[in-house]
Amino acid sequence: MRRADRTPPADAAAGEDKIIIRDLYKIFGPNPAGVLPLVREQGVGKTELLERHGHVLGLDDISMTVRAGDVHVVMGLSGSGKSTLIRHLNRLIDPTAGSILIDGAEVTALSGAALRHFRRHRASMVFQRFALHPHRTVLGNVAYGLRVQGLGRRAAEDRARVWIERVGLTGFEQRYPAALSGGMQQRVGLARALATDCDILLMDEAFSALDPLIRTDMQDVLLTLQGELKKTIVFITHDLDEALRIGDRIAILRDGAVVQEGTTPEIVMRPADAYIADFVKDINRARVLRVKAVTSAEIKGARGAVLSAQATLEEALTFFHEDPSGRRPVHVAERGVVGSVGLPEILRAIERPNVGPSDARASVLTS
Amino acid sequence: MAEPNWLIDFPAMDDESLRAFNRAIDEAYRAFTRTYGAAIEDAFTPLLRLMVWFEQLLLGAPWWLVILAVAALAYGASRGWRLVALVVASFLLIGYLGMWEDTMRTMAMISVCTLIAVVVGIPIGILLSRSDRLKAAVVPVLDVMQTMPSFVYLIPVVMLLGLGKVPGLMAVVVYAIPPVIRLTDLGIRLVDKEVLEATDAFGASPWQRLWGVQVPLALPNIMAGVNQTIMMALAMVVVASMIGVKGLGQPVLRAVTNQYFAMGVLNGLAVVMLAIIFDRVTQSYGRRLQRYRDETR
Repeated sequence: MRRADRTPPADAAAGEDKIIIRDLYKIFGPNPAGVLPLVREQGVGKTELLERHGHVLGLDDISMTVRAGDVHVVMGLSGSGKSTLIRHLNRLIDPTAGSILIDGAEVTALSGAALRHFRRHRASMVFQRFALHPHRTVLGNVAYGLRVQGLGRRAAEDRARVWIERVGLTGFEQRYPAALSGGMQQRVGLARALATDCDILLMDEAFSALDPLIRTDMQDVLLTLQGELKKTIVFITHDLDEALRIGDRIAILRDGAVVQEGTTPEIVMRPADAYIADFVKDINRARVLRVKAVTSAEIKGARGAVLSAQATLEEALTFFHEDPSGRRPVHVAERGVVGSVGLPEILRAIERPNVGPSDARASVLTS
Repeated sequence: MAEPNWLIDFPAMDDESLRAFNRAIDEAYRAFTRTYGAAIEDAFTPLLRLMVWFEQLLLGAPWWLVILAVAALAYGASRGWRLVALVVASFLLIGYLGMWEDTMRTMAMISVCTLIAVVVGIPIGILLSRSDRLKAAVVPVLDVMQTMPSFVYLIPVVMLLGLGKVPGLMAVVVYAIPPVIRLTDLGIRLVDKEVLEATDAFGASPWQRLWGVQVPLALPNIMAGVNQTIMMALAMVVVASMIGVKGLGQPVLRAVTNQYFAMGVLNGLAVVMLAIIFDRVTQSYGRRLQRYRDETR
């Protein structure tokens, strides 16, 4: 993980550190500042803080870096503090202590007009239960952020129409949210957030309230748009499959603290502790891991059909039906062929970690 | 004089002290009236002008033009012909039964009173919704305003401003304003917290948040408050006839004192018709403002 020991330029290019969270604490209760030293210096835990001191530990020493252009997933079960964390990024919740730097500017210091300017132009948000304005049409909702920015009605609606089309809601401009299905409402929520042209997109369990099929649909919509827009997205979810599917990097939260942060393959192949190992043990590795994760830079010797780095290992397997022992070249959209992959690496990645081949066979036989 | 037994008789103030007590309050209020009465009356002159102007407008215009105007208003509010038919029929009947002039006076009074109650009441309701402490201080006052027998309002306003339109207006507004305040406050407090959070997340200013989200979403409650305020104003306008407010209240008052049963009922029914018209027009206007609620296909 890259540490933040420098201030990135104001307009961070892809891969630069965009959001740097350092030592962030949030304590809920009558006197958060008073009990902060107990947590910070004496290491009082969540349970003890609640039972002995009557305060709730929301965030416990969070440090995290989000790179520009990444989809950074924050994952955790309910009560892990993930929704509290994302609300700190646009200050819907104020921290008890700590620092949040976005493009080198301290977000925790913003107030009044500066905070409104930040929310209007820098970070927009998508909500779990959509939170659309029921009294505005689809068009009015999507244009809302632009109207708040001070844009005239005509100009705002023209730009809103573009985004309504991008999320596939053309023809529904004059409908009210109550007339739309959940999936369509969240398309409105997404269009509303994208229309403001903020470079940071905060998504709070944005797809969690949707049916599984619609959810996958919306993930596709997001990934397609992201492929082109390259926004910095912080995505909250409690769904591991979703996290693995859309995340470039994943941070796992438990009891308000980060348990592990890393790329998808790092989390899946090298879980930091038993908690995460338990989390990831049942996932279908062949579907969540992508060829990119097992590609080696060696190009020589590769032959046959060219694989996309974005293909899942499951998809990659079919390329080895003929000539299983050979290596296949791997292709990245903008850069051409970047390396190669062979069947052994793929099989190794698909195996469960910490579970020997014999155990695996035994469990297959007994089940 | 034997010492009264306080275990049997309530140890009340003796008559002498009670009279002195009441007199002291009355004297103090009279002194206040003498000092500020003229200034307060001057302050209300614009309202008096507005009311006189509106009353003259309704009385001066030909009857068919008034009916046409109210019918147009009813159509504009409801976009339906049923309400228009109801309005026209009611007014024709009122006019035919010889109550046109009184009805016009009452209508002018109610319109101005409602306008004042809304213009003053909605901002107060908004303030209450933003501060629990303010609400705790104001709600008891509203409770007193609503439960105090309406006749009692007449005494101080008459002492202050004498007989006539302005004291009548004040008495009616004070009596009728609590519902619009209460329901504005309630409506704004009930607005979905998640919608407000989203509004904040997009950087809305407090002003944009209030007029773009809170007030529009509180409208069903606000409109219910306006509606109740109108109904209470109609009730009070009859009582206010005792201090010289002209209109349908005066024939009712005369009918009560002289036992003219038919006259009382007819004028009472005219008040009912006005109430129905005001109610239906404001309700359907309120519904049209919330069309989004109907669309759930």
